[in-house]
Amino acid sequence: MGLKSSTLLQEEDIEELQNETGFSPNQIRRLYCRFSSLDKATKGTLSREDFICIPELAINPIGERIIDAFFMNEDSQERGEQTCNFRQFVKTLAHFRPLDESTENPLNTREKKLHFAFKIYDLDNDGKISKEDLMQVLENVDMNAKMSIRFLA
Amino acid sequence: MAVWCILLSCYLAVIVIFMAIPASLGISFGIRNLYLATLYKVFEFGRKTIQSKQGIRSSVIDKKTVQPSHAHLPRNRSFGTFQREFRLDDIVEFCVNGVEAILDDDVTKRFSAEELESWNLLTRTNENYHYISVKLTIMWLLGCFVRYIILFPMRFIVLLIGLGSLVTSRIIIAQLPKSKHWLDDKTMLVSFRIIARAVSAVITFHNKENIANGGGICVANHTTPIDVLILMCDRCYSLVGQRQPGFFGFIERTLAKTQDHIWFERTEMKDRLIVTRRLREHVEDPSKNPILIFPEGTCINNTSVMMFKKGSFEIGGDVYPYDPTFGNAFWNSSVEGFGMYVFLLLTNWALVCDVWYLPKTTLRDDETAAQFANRVKTEIARQGGLVDLIWDGQLKRTSVKPEFRQRRQEDYASTLKID
Repeated sequence: MGLKSSTLLQEEDIEELQNETGFSPNQIRRLYCRFSSLDKATKGTLSREDFICIPELAINPIGERIIDAFFMNEDSQERGEQTCNFRQFVKTLAHFRPLDESTENPLNTREKKLHFAFKIYDLDNDGKISKEDLMQVLENVDMNAKMSIRFLA
Repeated sequence: MAVWCILLSCYLAVIVIFMAIPASLGISFGIRNLYLATLYKVFEFGRKTIQSKQGIRSSVIDKKTVQPSHAHLPRNRSFGTFQREFRLDDIVEFCVNGVEAILDDDVTKRFSAEELESWNLLTRTNENYHYISVKLTIMWLLGCFVRYIILFPMRFIVLLIGLGSLVTSRIIIAQLPKSKHWLDDKTMLVSFRIIARAVSAVITFHNKENIANGGGICVANHTTPIDVLILMCDRCYSLVGQRQPGFFGFIERTLAKTQDHIWFERTEMKDRLIVTRRLREHVEDPSKNPILIFPEGTCINNTSVMMFKKGSFEIGGDVYPYDPTFGNAFWNSSVEGFGMYVFLLLTNWALVCDVWYLPKTTLRDDETAAQFANRVKTEIARQGGLVDLIWDGQLKRTSVKPEFRQRRQEDYASTLKID
């Protein structure tokens, strides 16, 4: 697997993703390894079933909603296709990077972290419910501490 | 032509004298130990070279030690003293937990081969190491040469000798009167030892005083089908297992010719009842070999122990937990066939394992079968230094039962305000 994943992931792709998401090249390679191991049929994309196969995620009460987040297209705000490619995968995960002043990136801001949580409630995905209400309720929550995962270098 | 014949027979003679015969007598010239010591040195060198070029870390994220998310939520200490209401940000913890599981989870990685501390020159790369240095590339090429050109043919011949002796001895003994029990066991041991030599198995048995007597049940954790082979080098067991097709099925049927092995169809309910009855009869008969069971019901990559099926513990009788720990022997049956697996084994460097015989335990009066199964599992995990997981090994093939999720939801609900 090691050989394959390093040949499929081109240097320029890594660079592009690095600029887009703020992950380091090493982190991106590591994420790619994980992505390929989840992609059991080696289709190059993940389906909902691939995610559900992770037992710890399957028992998560909001597991389905989290999976949905990986299938939503950032730009159009619509529920996207039924597959998730590596780019979507990394971009979704980038919301969970801890906020760091030095490497500023549009994906892991407090706003984006909030948005992620908001989308979990926004079942019909019309983006309307009451983002303001939610923001108000979550005013005092330290989103950076709570919605961050420490990615290893 | 004649020269070739002489050379070939010399080659065979060397293999028989230095590998097959010592194996069948259970003695060793110490060649394998020397070989292993050399391998360790080579791997250590490789690891250092890689590490000096690139830092190594084995996981993607810094995951907090496994902690179910409800643990963070305040519990109701007693009714009325502490009440809390649903809060919108409760979701955040579940959310982070879920994403962490996507990045790195405890269960699915047990079904793929273990990540190694150091590169073992088997694959071209361990993770993302492509070209590192000229020295390493040369080492890797040399390794390929040794494994495929030198070791593989020798091992293959030894394997054939072993299998041949196994099958012929079974056929001969099947013709003899039933009383030849000792001969039966001896030939089994000899054949299995020769086969073990074919994969360069270096097995250390610990606490031999705990070895099983007749009757009873022995349980062990399961990494590969050759667990059986490893354990059979020291003592004969009766086997219980899924009826397999093809080559493996042929071996199963051959074994069943002279001894009491129980093969069945996992999915057939009727078969299960018959198996349970036969198991019960077998266990109560001390003149028979102990039954060997792998209660996980599937191969795990030897970093952990998964849920033990309680079925085998409902029968009663004694249980002897065993623990074979392996090198790189994990068989992912959903990816590669058995033939391919054998080829990989034969071209592996070696197979190093330890077997611990643990003292026998019996069901306590106040225990259910499931609790007993769990206790034995913990015991095995502790001895083998493996991670003790509650997950069901069948998750390799099926998805999670909805009850599991309901339990999590109830857990969360129980932290909320009660009216």
